Amino acid sequence: MFIKKGKLLTGIMLGTGLILTTLQTNAETLRLLTWGGYAPEKVVEMFKAETGIKVEVTNSNNEEMISKLRATGGAGFDLAQPSQDRIAGAQSEYEIYKPIDLSKVDASKFITSMLEGTKKNTTVDGKVYGVPHVWGTSALTVNTKVAPDVKDYLDLCNPKYAGKVSYRMKRPTLIAFAFAMGLDPFAAYGDTTSYKMIMDKVEAKLIECKPNVKAYWSGGDALINLIRSDEVVAAMAWDGSGWKVNAEKPEVKTIAPTSGALGWIDTFALPKKTKAENAAYQWINFVMRPEIAAMITEAAGNFTAAKDGDKFVEESKRMRFQETFPAAAIDNIKWYPPVPAGLEDMEGKVLDRVQAAK
Amino acid sequence: MSLSLRSAVRLNLILLLIPVFLWLLLLIILPHIDMLLVSTQVKVRPRVYEFSFANYGEFFSEPLYWRTFARTAIMSIAATLLTLVIAFPVAYYIAKMLRGRMKSFLFLLCLVPFWVSELVRTFGWMILLRESGVFSNLFQWIGFADGPVEMLYNDATIMVGLIYTSMLFMVVPLVTILDSLDDSLVEAGYDLGGNAFTVLRTIIIPHAMPGIVSGCIVVFMLTLGNYLTPVLLGGKDSLWFTAQIYTQFITRFNWELGAAFGFLLLFLSSMIVWMGLKLSRQTLTETMG
Amino acid sequence: MTEQGPGGGHAPSYDLECRNLVCRFGDFVAVNDVSFGVPEGDFFSILGPSGCGKTTILRMMAGFLQPTSGDFLIKGKSVIDMPPNRRPINMVFQHLALFPMMTVAENIAYGLLRQGINRIDARKKVEDALERIGLPGSGEKKIKQLSGGQQQRVAIARCLVLEPAALLLDEPLGALDLKLREHMKVELKKMQDQFGTTFVYITHDQSEALVMSDHVAVMNQGRFEQIGTPQDLYYQPATAFVAGFVGDTNRWQGRVESVDRDTVKVITQDGVQLLATAAGGEALSQGSQVEIFVRPEAVVITLESERITSQDNRITGELISVLFNGANSRALIRDRHTGGELDVALPQTGEFSHLQRGQEVHLGWSLAHAKAFIQKESGG
Ligand SMILES: Nc1ncnc2c1ncn2[C@@H]1O[C@H](COP(=O)(O)OP(=O)(O)OP(=O)(O)O)[C@@H](O)[C@H]1O
Ligand SMILES: [Mg+2]
Repeated sequence: MFIKKGKLLTGIMLGTGLILTTLQTNAETLRLLTWGGYAPEKVVEMFKAETGIKVEVTNSNNEEMISKLRATGGAGFDLAQPSQDRIAGAQSEYEIYKPIDLSKVDASKFITSMLEGTKKNTTVDGKVYGVPHVWGTSALTVNTKVAPDVKDYLDLCNPKYAGKVSYRMKRPTLIAFAFAMGLDPFAAYGDTTSYKMIMDKVEAKLIECKPNVKAYWSGGDALINLIRSDEVVAAMAWDGSGWKVNAEKPEVKTIAPTSGALGWIDTFALPKKTKAENAAYQWINFVMRPEIAAMITEAAGNFTAAKDGDKFVEESKRMRFQETFPAAAIDNIKWYPPVPAGLEDMEGKVLDRVQAAK
Repeated sequence: MSLSLRSAVRLNLILLLIPVFLWLLLLIILPHIDMLLVSTQVKVRPRVYEFSFANYGEFFSEPLYWRTFARTAIMSIAATLLTLVIAFPVAYYIAKMLRGRMKSFLFLLCLVPFWVSELVRTFGWMILLRESGVFSNLFQWIGFADGPVEMLYNDATIMVGLIYTSMLFMVVPLVTILDSLDDSLVEAGYDLGGNAFTVLRTIIIPHAMPGIVSGCIVVFMLTLGNYLTPVLLGGKDSLWFTAQIYTQFITRFNWELGAAFGFLLLFLSSMIVWMGLKLSRQTLTETMG
Repeated sequence: MTEQGPGGGHAPSYDLECRNLVCRFGDFVAVNDVSFGVPEGDFFSILGPSGCGKTTILRMMAGFLQPTSGDFLIKGKSVIDMPPNRRPINMVFQHLALFPMMTVAENIAYGLLRQGINRIDARKKVEDALERIGLPGSGEKKIKQLSGGQQQRVAIARCLVLEPAALLLDEPLGALDLKLREHMKVELKKMQDQFGTTFVYITHDQSEALVMSDHVAVMNQGRFEQIGTPQDLYYQPATAFVAGFVGDTNRWQGRVESVDRDTVKVITQDGVQLLATAAGGEALSQGSQVEIFVRPEAVVITLESERITSQDNRITGELISVLFNGANSRALIRDRHTGGELDVALPQTGEFSHLQRGQEVHLGWSLAHAKAFIQKESGG
């Protein structure tokens, strides 16, 4: 009796949900699949005032974006923002994107080197699938008062900080630890056997390091809470998270690890069955204006690929960036090359085994 | 004439049942058939799939997967039994000791956790139990502890969270069934020489058995299928089978293995429920009727 | 109240004895200072209208309810502090309370097993009991498979196998249909003889109480009005309530005109003068408001007025109707002068079976059969 009612209710809710979603898409809207902070409410309002287009924002992450688009064959959203290294593999495997018409994108608004690099990394069969938007790194966030000697990822395994460190159970952690152990996973991307050897070593290290970990963080806010409350004193995290805490807690700093921060670029990519292509290009050109880009930097905590975008950003933000990344550290950033299809299966197993280890 | 009447009745019945069948077909059976088909595919190269049961084999050959399942099942059973042990006196109190307004008040109290979403509820627990949280500070203030106490990220916390979420689903069927127990049966049990224990064992529990079993089934299935509570409260060691399914579907893009896991979950949990029914000598119709 | 040391030694040794039992629910007094004793082997009934507190007394005796004050003794020993499962008396509930989750045999064996009797002996006793209640071989049946009367017998057997000092029965026939109730009255009495157990029987049906009991207590609003044999209650009611509640009766209300020892002359509200005997042990005087009770069978009915000249009270009336019921046939008569109605038993000779409606009849009764009680403000 109980079960039946429950199901009926879900059925009804599903039904009404379907009706509501179909109703909502009637107006001129842009359904944006993006990351938290990349489409601040104010920017969405300004865009609507200027173009009359309503933006519907769905916050997500790389894996969910791919899964969602895969499930619908590239429908349901008009513009997505996956990281540049995750486009080529997903495209060749699931065909979820549509090539970008570069003539509709105002190239003059982009930092040229970033635009070119992204174009190169997101090219499949001679067609470009992504243009850059927000970029940043995975680095170390450290409470410098309590843990002044954390300089590289391996320092997180220092028993001194047992139960007080955190990182994610995701592929960047595997890559970061590999670099910190003196290996070069990016060089091994094309060679499954040597990549497997690297991953085996990383797996052993992460299992050994596990007792040190308080919790694997999964969302930016969760990590910020851990750091802010002093429950965690050192973590591998997005650079923006550390900068955010730094504003209220100066001893917390984002540090570029000696083995190099991992650089990522989140892009704009068109889902294969986008229904508002024009609106998507309008949005891209709109948010790449330097003053709008600065607003996004404020909200997301990271800089954009917009030319002169940093000029409009608060001085303190730029100071923090320069403190973390002196010129040498910027040169040392390891930019993710495109992930070849199939590597992620192998990494998944490694992550599973680390998770299961005692 | 009676024949035509009967066929008219039958036609009516069929018309009434059509929506039910459609709903079953569209929302339950078809997706499951699709899942079943997906689960028997194995990727050989990008975009090339083959028919195979390798995904099912993977579950049994990779210790991580079946251990995760076993752990999930055992913890769910434990959570179900604990919920029963806690909910039974509560339900008995509500059904038998209270009258009128207090009764509905206490009943409503069991509903309180459901006024907020599961996510909010779980975050509530996290705020209370974390190292810098309310309880930790309270204990330090009272003097129970010298330093901060971490109460999150262990199996006991998962258990607490699961039981908290499940209480209502155990209390409701128990109250309903205990309400229907005639007080004079309990009194007769005492009058004929029984003590509290024998009355409970020979009269109250046998009477409440259908409610106990249906409550246990609901709680077991909900717990087994729970995702947020074990993942958020369990921390780095929280291995929960639904999380594994989620991981396969979403972060690994391995729909084939995820679908196989989904089916294994359905099948194995049905087996456990079936064994539970056998052990308690109940039938599904008795419990759900 | 008499104090009693351990071991008893008090004159009439009762099987069960209640002393000054009081039970209050808040301000409401459900049982008000009730004392009585039940001799061994007695069939003792408590008779009273619904809500008068009968069940409350029984629940105090069984131990489910703690009396506000007073004492309850079984075979001379106070059991007031003993929990229900330790008291050597058992109860048959108003709706029987047979355990539906058990078979008939398990129901009967329940109490035996609780006493620590081993399963083999218990099974033998159960079979004996089934035999005695006329249900041999029904042990494996479910309770639902039994008829109402059979369930009744199982409920009683379930208690009697425990050989209790007494059996408390709370309107056990209430749930049965009329025919079965008549039959079970006899059965119950037989069972009680057979087992020789003391019965305390609760009912609001006066005929049940009169037929079965050795002693009856009539209860009203939490108090006992009278305790006595059925004959006592019927022929010598101690109060107006008992006179009205036990058996059928005609009643008048009036004012005492004059008193001559036991004989009172009363003017009724309708202005009729009646002679009656003072009852209830209270002194009547001129001007007292009284109620007069006359049993239908005490009234002589005749068509010729000269045949009742010897009666102390005489009335002329006309027939409203004859309520034919074989030997228990009655006539309903309307008083010519006052319009009041009287219930009169017809002689068994059948000489009045052809009375016509509206026909004139003469009624008469002696003052010995007319009982006058002081009228209280409230009454049954
Ligand atoms: N638990 C209780 N709380 C308050 N009042 C009660 C309680 N139990 C009984 N009463 C009151 O006490 C009075 C006597 O109740 P009791 O059940 O003894 O009546 P009874 O003589 O058995 O009536 P019946 O023939 O209808 O069964 C009733 O007025 C009832 O409302
Ligand atoms: Mg009663």
